[in-house]
Amino acid sequence: MTAAGILYILVYFVVLFAITKPLGLFMAHVFEGERTFLHPLLRPLERLIYRLAGIHEGAEQRWTQYTASVLAFSLVSFLFVYVIQRLQGFLPLNPMGFSTHHAPANATPMTPDLAFNTAISFMTNTNWQAYGGETTLSYFVQMTALTVQNFVSAAAGIAVAIALIRGFARKQAKSIGNFWVDLTRATLYVLLPLCFVFALFLCARGVPQTLKAYVQAHTLQGPTQTIAVGPVASQEAIKMLGTNGGGFFNTNSAHPFENPTPDTNFFEMLAILAISSGLTYTFGNMVGDTRQGWALFAAMLIMAVAGAFICYRAEAGGNPILAKLGVETTATRNQPGGNMEGKEVRFGIASSALWATATTDASNGSVNSMHDSYTPIGGLVPMFNLQTDEVIFGGVGSGLYGMLLYAIVGVFIAGLMVGRTPEYLGKKIQQKEVKMAMVAVIATAFSILAFTGISSVARFKKNGYWNPPGAATANLANSGPHGFSEILYTYTSQTEDNGSAFAGIDVNTPWYNLTGSLAMLLGRFLFIIPSLAIAGALAEKKKVPVTSGTLPTHGALFVGLLIATVIVVGALTFFPALALGPIVEYYLMHSGKLFASLMRSAAA
Amino acid sequence: MTTTANPSQVLDDSTTLIPKKLVRARSLFDPEIVGRALKASFGKLNPVTLLKNPVIFVVEVGAALTSLFLLRDAFAGGRALGFQLQVALWLWFTVLFANFAEAMAEARGKAQADTLRKTKTDSIAKRIGSGARIETVAASQLRVGDLVICETGDTIPGDGEIIQGIATVDESVITGESAPVIREAGGDRSAVTGGTKVLSDRIKIKITSNPGETFLDRMIALVEGAERQKTPNEIALNILIAGLTIIFLLAVVTLVPFADYSVKSAGAGSIPSVAVLVSLLVCLIPTTIGGLLSAIGIAGMDRVMQHNVLAMSGKAVEASGDVDTLLLDKTGTITLGNRQATEFIPATGVTEEELADAAQLSSLADETPEGRSIVILAKQKYNLRGRDVSQQEARFIPFSAYTRMSGVDLDGRMLRKGATDAIVKFVQEQGGKVSQDLTEASERIARVGGTPLAVADGSKVLGIVHLKDIVKGGMKERLAQLRAMGIRSVMITGDNPLTAAAIAQEAGVDDFLAQATPKDKMDYIKREQAQARLVAMTGDGTNDAPALAQADVGVAMNTGTMAAKEAGNMVDLDSNPTKLLEIVAIGKQLLITRGALTTFSITNDVSKYFAIIPAMFVTTYPALNQLNIMHLHSPQSAVLAAVIFNALIIVALVPLALRGVTYRPQSAAAMLRRNLWIYGLGGFIAPFPCIWMIDRLLGFLHLA
Repeated sequence: MTAAGILYILVYFVVLFAITKPLGLFMAHVFEGERTFLHPLLRPLERLIYRLAGIHEGAEQRWTQYTASVLAFSLVSFLFVYVIQRLQGFLPLNPMGFSTHHAPANATPMTPDLAFNTAISFMTNTNWQAYGGETTLSYFVQMTALTVQNFVSAAAGIAVAIALIRGFARKQAKSIGNFWVDLTRATLYVLLPLCFVFALFLCARGVPQTLKAYVQAHTLQGPTQTIAVGPVASQEAIKMLGTNGGGFFNTNSAHPFENPTPDTNFFEMLAILAISSGLTYTFGNMVGDTRQGWALFAAMLIMAVAGAFICYRAEAGGNPILAKLGVETTATRNQPGGNMEGKEVRFGIASSALWATATTDASNGSVNSMHDSYTPIGGLVPMFNLQTDEVIFGGVGSGLYGMLLYAIVGVFIAGLMVGRTPEYLGKKIQQKEVKMAMVAVIATAFSILAFTGISSVARFKKNGYWNPPGAATANLANSGPHGFSEILYTYTSQTEDNGSAFAGIDVNTPWYNLTGSLAMLLGRFLFIIPSLAIAGALAEKKKVPVTSGTLPTHGALFVGLLIATVIVVGALTFFPALALGPIVEYYLMHSGKLFASLMRSAAA
Repeated sequence: MTTTANPSQVLDDSTTLIPKKLVRARSLFDPEIVGRALKASFGKLNPVTLLKNPVIFVVEVGAALTSLFLLRDAFAGGRALGFQLQVALWLWFTVLFANFAEAMAEARGKAQADTLRKTKTDSIAKRIGSGARIETVAASQLRVGDLVICETGDTIPGDGEIIQGIATVDESVITGESAPVIREAGGDRSAVTGGTKVLSDRIKIKITSNPGETFLDRMIALVEGAERQKTPNEIALNILIAGLTIIFLLAVVTLVPFADYSVKSAGAGSIPSVAVLVSLLVCLIPTTIGGLLSAIGIAGMDRVMQHNVLAMSGKAVEASGDVDTLLLDKTGTITLGNRQATEFIPATGVTEEELADAAQLSSLADETPEGRSIVILAKQKYNLRGRDVSQQEARFIPFSAYTRMSGVDLDGRMLRKGATDAIVKFVQEQGGKVSQDLTEASERIARVGGTPLAVADGSKVLGIVHLKDIVKGGMKERLAQLRAMGIRSVMITGDNPLTAAAIAQEAGVDDFLAQATPKDKMDYIKREQAQARLVAMTGDGTNDAPALAQADVGVAMNTGTMAAKEAGNMVDLDSNPTKLLEIVAIGKQLLITRGALTTFSITNDVSKYFAIIPAMFVTTYPALNQLNIMHLHSPQSAVLAAVIFNALIIVALVPLALRGVTYRPQSAAAMLRRNLWIYGLGGFIAPFPCIWMIDRLLGFLHLA
């Protein structure tokens, strides 16, 4: 580790802290329906949307109606994205002719299972990409299907979080807000303005924003090279801010057209956690005690900083086998040292490790380096971040409601130890809340473990539809524990709606596309439905006044408790799997053993 | 039910003055109870009954599975039979230990119920039949509405209400307290309980419950735990641990394909055996709390019982831990039920010393605290020594419910003390007159919250003794403790607001309700509940019944009316309203014990992973042995040590579950910090040395 690297990571978190309150306060105003500085500009537009869509702004919904609205909206979104993808050959803005007979030779066909996977992926805010954007999708699909979903799936997540906050804030109420209003406000006041500014900044730094066809360049050596361009900046901004992560290009933010300069790198990384961090303050503000929000922020921050440094340390330490061979792995003025495999020379180790941590803390999933090439411990950090159900800041909205579910579990267990029925923010935590929180935790554990289990032993027939014949593990690029990590990461990333790829696995087959889609659905909706059910149950309850007999949920003790709950539940669930993946790989690496690339199909 | 009451024995029982508590204090491991529990542990192996405890049910299924594979391997000549046998045995032990914990808690109740049942005898009732003819029938034939007569020496045949007469009754069967109590028709002391005995006088009783539904029957059922239902918090906790069990089931079951991949990929080792997989599962699922959860609940009710309080449901005990507001009756709870003499106010023409002398004389034989306090005050103030009046011609007049006076006839003097109106009546009967200043003085005393006690010598009124409410010693500290725990105390009194304020301040209550009518009380409770506060109260009169029913925890005094007892969710057999504070503490202790053992159970798991995971994969990935930080000497002993620890910790924690964790009144933050250290961190660290030691022992004994 270098002083510059350490400082870089620290500065990042200080800036994140600095923007939390202003952003959070702004969002609180937006969702409380109060006036903000953007109202003169956007309020007429908001009214127009309600009038056109027939939404009654003041009409509140019960949790069941709210949930039905979320589900209906998601279903329509999914169908829309699916159809647009399948029809891209007949639709405009397709200069490269994807899905037509003059598509480039290296284009990926838009099969039904790939379209299905992608539609689920963008509807669930996952942005898992079993395809390479520049070789598969037309501009029309990128803009109307994917970019639109990047906005609204993020806004839906924020809406659910706001509904859950209302559950805590209200007393003896039947309703938890109106999903359509929350969705509109999240998009209009929060996401659009931020993205507009951010996209302009990216354009200024050289990110393309064009509808023209790919550029044909003649290289000095003679051959021509196709340079993919497109409406990148507009998608890039929401990709980061909405914790979507689905890149315009296959290599995501490692691509110079997505992430051209050190400052775009810093601000894109900041954008990953910005809204989720701000929402902790929104939470505190809306429940009437900002200390409660800061407690959640502190718990998230501590885990994020710890993760970043563990990852950075592992990557900066490099591979001991190479060191033994005489390769210089310590940082010097001329070279970064450590493990630079799969990392952009432009960004170096600290910024890559920090990005890997932040993108998996959140449900972002964008990458500026390839996690598959990380050292075992360096790769363990992102994987474990995901397996905590992404509550370390987490996805926009989903991080907060996920963390609140963990807070409910933690408060329930420890709260008993003060001799009262546990209560959180004056709300008694009883059967229904515990049941729903457990449903969410079990659902993700089930999805990750079961799909990984099946895929690590499944075998397919010759000429079958699902996968090339043989073992499902034949799609892996590596053998041994590293190969196992590749499968585990694949399902973890999709279940947790992250979308980052460990890579090193060919996932564009019907088997992986469909099981992955299921994982994404389970991970998304078996968190959303329980969260909204809890919101409804909490809203109906009275608010118990705070006394000295109340478990304090704003101090260091609670922060510690929350961290312990998240880590212990995650670790206990996934320790056996992790032991057979990154942990044993770590020990083996230190005993001098590596795992050869299988090189079956070229890397995905 | 078959033995007939033996009158002489009944009398013998009631005349012994040794107080006999309802619940015999038994040591935790009373041999009789342990014996019962051991037997019951095996009965509970029935999987159908075990289903209600999902965690232990999973252990049983695992044990059965391991046994089956053991048998298969024994016949097929498989290897590692000794290891499999040991694992299977310890898994069965785990189930038995969990059963034992529950059986222990239940056995205590059952033993007590048996004791109670023995006292229940089928007595003979003197029923007033048609035409006012008294017929003798068995008590079991009585129905609601029947009228019966009970005379001296009779056992009251069923629960009822006195409609005529007054009697002293021995209620030791119910309360364990041998001092007789007075029961009379009308008012709040009219209820009698079946099984108690009339010691004097004759009463007519209207039966209010059918056989099998009497208070004693209900009491036996409650003590026995026959109708025990899971409490809301227990259900929520059960959901949590069942959820954790599902998660660990997933983690262990998916380990099979993971292992399959790893074994193929490494080209070494084999998939872990069923015995090892089940061992890992059982070690991970929260067996500690799963095994002890119901024992904790039963023991909580049992602890309430040991305080001579009968809780109608576990829910009530649990709710008492949640109480935010305590409504405390002033008299008997905050102040000593007995007022103490603080001042002598002579009538005109009488000196203070004369009054003190007469008051002392009239109180010499009065063993009530009020009487004693008069003797002491006279001695302190006027140096009047208590005289030995036994040699003189003295005839003591004891207090009676009819006269409401007591006193002494001495040397021709008729000294009396008593309620002002009673003395006024007495003096007027003697032909004397009562001056205005007597009533004025007594009114003045009443205004400041005192009780006036008039003293007369024949036809002459001597003056008034001021009896004052004395706040119970230590009450202020206890109320301060409550406040530290976030519980508000509210004093309920019939006094005027001025007096109430004075006493409230002296006792340090948070609020008071003066000149409280039953409606005021009810409104206060509803107001508190509207603010999401849980309210506890005590009460005894029929007037209290609606409030007792409304309160979240309503403790009825056993001396109270049937209506009050029906309305409350607890009955204090000692009729001691201060006990509310203990009940709150027991409720809290119950919840804390659950939380502590759950935390302990979960944090325990970390060590078990470090024992079992390296052992499982040592042949596939020898490098994983670096996770064996306890340096357990072989894979088999590592697995066994973890399983044995997991089983033994259940037994080791039975006393804690039954007794409850140490509880000190302190703020929630302090309590959480303390318990997190002990049960969170303790639960994390403790297993490491224990598993290590068991491993060494297994090696030493050549068991693995």
